Amino acid sequence: MIFFGGLLPLTAFAYYLGRRRAVAFTTHGTRMHSLPGQYGTVVAVWVALPALALASVAAVAGLAGVEVPAAPFVFVACLLVAAGGLGLGLRTVHPRMRARTAIDRMMYFLLLGASLISILTTFGIVISILFESLKFFSMVSVWEFVTGTTWSPVAHYRAGQVTAESQFGAVPLFAGTFMITLIAMAVAVPIGLFSAIYMSEYASFKVRSTAKPMLEILAGIPTVVYGFFAAITVSPLVVSVADSLGLDASATNALAPGLVMGIMIIPFISSLSDDVINSIPNSLREGSYALGATKSETIKKVLLPAAFPGIMAATLLGVSRALGETMIVVMAAGQRANLSANPLEDMTTVTVRIVSALTGDQAFDSPETLSAFGLGLALFVVTLVLNLVSIIVIRRFRQSYE
Amino acid sequence: MSEPIRLTPSPQLRRRYRAEKRFKAYCIGALLLAMAFLVLFFTDMIRQGHMAFVQTEIQVEAAYNERSVDFAKRAVDEDVAPLVSRAWFRSLPRRVEHRPELMGTTRTEWVTAKADIDQYRKGNVDTLPPETLAVYERLDREGRVGYGFNTNFFTNGDSKIPENSGLWSAFVGSFYVMLIVLTISFPIGVMTAIYLEEFAPDNRFTQAIEININNLAAVPSILFGLLGLGIFINFFGVPRSSALAGGLTLSLMTLPIIIISTRAALRAVPQNIRHGALAVGASRWQTVRDHVLPVSLPGILTGTIIGVAQAMGETAPLIIVGMIAYIPDAPDSITSAATVLPAQIFTWAGMPERAYVERTAAGILVLLGLLISLNAFAVYLRHRFERRW
Repeated sequence: MIFFGGLLPLTAFAYYLGRRRAVAFTTHGTRMHSLPGQYGTVVAVWVALPALALASVAAVAGLAGVEVPAAPFVFVACLLVAAGGLGLGLRTVHPRMRARTAIDRMMYFLLLGASLISILTTFGIVISILFESLKFFSMVSVWEFVTGTTWSPVAHYRAGQVTAESQFGAVPLFAGTFMITLIAMAVAVPIGLFSAIYMSEYASFKVRSTAKPMLEILAGIPTVVYGFFAAITVSPLVVSVADSLGLDASATNALAPGLVMGIMIIPFISSLSDDVINSIPNSLREGSYALGATKSETIKKVLLPAAFPGIMAATLLGVSRALGETMIVVMAAGQRANLSANPLEDMTTVTVRIVSALTGDQAFDSPETLSAFGLGLALFVVTLVLNLVSIIVIRRFRQSYE
Repeated sequence: MSEPIRLTPSPQLRRRYRAEKRFKAYCIGALLLAMAFLVLFFTDMIRQGHMAFVQTEIQVEAAYNERSVDFAKRAVDEDVAPLVSRAWFRSLPRRVEHRPELMGTTRTEWVTAKADIDQYRKGNVDTLPPETLAVYERLDREGRVGYGFNTNFFTNGDSKIPENSGLWSAFVGSFYVMLIVLTISFPIGVMTAIYLEEFAPDNRFTQAIEININNLAAVPSILFGLLGLGIFINFFGVPRSSALAGGLTLSLMTLPIIIISTRAALRAVPQNIRHGALAVGASRWQTVRDHVLPVSLPGILTGTIIGVAQAMGETAPLIIVGMIAYIPDAPDSITSAATVLPAQIFTWAGMPERAYVERTAAGILVLLGLLISLNAFAVYLRHRFERRW
């Protein structure tokens, strides 16, 4: 803070000096390449950039555990570097110096740097998950994790306790996740697709302009709210309906979170499918009408086959959403790892176990806590594949009709 | 005059028309079903939560004297005491300290009732212990029980006493987190979008960045939580549960949303504007700064608001970075432990007492109200300032 407070006026001062020097040239009648303010900016960057770089190197080195001189020394060193930058920067101010081009190049690298942050984020996710899950997989074999059918971690409140009884077979978690995803997609795909068809082919402009934002509201509702809705309203409803049919449903059955998740995903499917159907050129529709096909025949025989890759991609994105959805299942699905095909039983998901592993009181190095990262890795890989496939399919689809 | 020709469709054609009608009905049915969910959802939340905005109060004779400061239950009649909120008793000495003139007086006051009484009056539970019920019914006959606006709900932080718990600390936490998200993801997001739309050459590296951003927009939010835990908390040593940890995590999550919407806004600016600026000798950066950005600003702001609204409702990654701690007092800095609105809702949803269910639903109503007004503001902004070319 003090550091920035010290650097900021210095930079402003540099800007002023650089500008004045450029103005001095012009008053002597020399033609400058750029505007005076642009020279000022260049000088200011000469002052700020090296000093900032030095400071951040010191900060990173300090974090990495390298011996760094005390903060006041770093501060003084930065100021010296800044002063040196000022001297050098002022000497560059010269009628032939292309300050404007220099600014353009600096902006280019600044913007490029900003766009690298998104790549760093992906690396950050991969690294943070990978390292911890390597630790986990050194305790639990990958084979057991992928094929084992029992998930029963034993709580470890201190690091280094005996780990014999814990079992980390993730199959029931994957099965529960896929069951809930399947229910969600069974709700979301038909409703989302038919709504999209209605909005793009049948609806008048007025209906469309009210229905579309209404559907978008469904996407804007926070997942914690859906979770509460699933747990408080839908689960008891499912239990009582199942009761009246003579079936036995658990209070934390998989059906309720699945249904609610389906509602949540409807807008993803419908708005993506809507885009896709809209991007089909009108000539296809008109060709079909010219042959005497009705509207629904045109949709079924011409538009849907043409839009199929896009709709598939939308569905895959929906699946990826459903797999990674956390709050609904944390609040409404069970905690027990249960391998079953009955949606009325309670079952748990990958994301539920991640949350419960990281919110417990266990030591951070216990296998249960680390198992969260193993599960996270599995989730990341699966959703990455789904996302990439659907992103590439959508890109191809857009290009094919452009 | 010949008879007009009457066209009767062939059976085949009639079948096709029927199929057409059926298909259209499916489509309308699907849309109506989606709308029905929306209506069902909102009515359910309002039904569950609207009563939490009022709270049962009881009229008592409150005696402020040395005895009641030492032992607060003495302040009211012995039979009424079990009906009065523990929070009122607990804060009694503090109130006397703040207003010394209370000392030695006996005043008739409306005080917050216990959550059990409140829930009974609202019909959410049907039983009370017999002695309490008798006192309650007597007070009710005397007109000493009533509803008052639930100010606690907006001015207090979380509390283990249901009738005393409120959203204030969550409000403050959400505010800090949103401030961090905005200061980090807005500039970086806009700069990334400018790079991709205005400067980037069309090569494989640029395509990789684009695909990467689209993928990040679809990565499960909980994985961002793992990133926050692994990188920000464990590596950089950001304090756990702090608004800073949550804000940094959510910033990375909001980034792709802002980038994607900013790119759309920049793409909507016609090439003529760029060409015009370049033709009079502006550099590329000057073109972007002085011509493209001002024109596309409404679109960029709209996308940013929508992104921030989404971050505001996010819970899963915040649970992972520990922002579900019990926070009775509003956080005073971005590094102290904090909670946010959705996390507070999650915490209340896990409480066993019946009174918290109502508060959860009311918290949801408040959160939805905030999000809908944010989104409405974004839509207004778009309609008001958007330019069609």
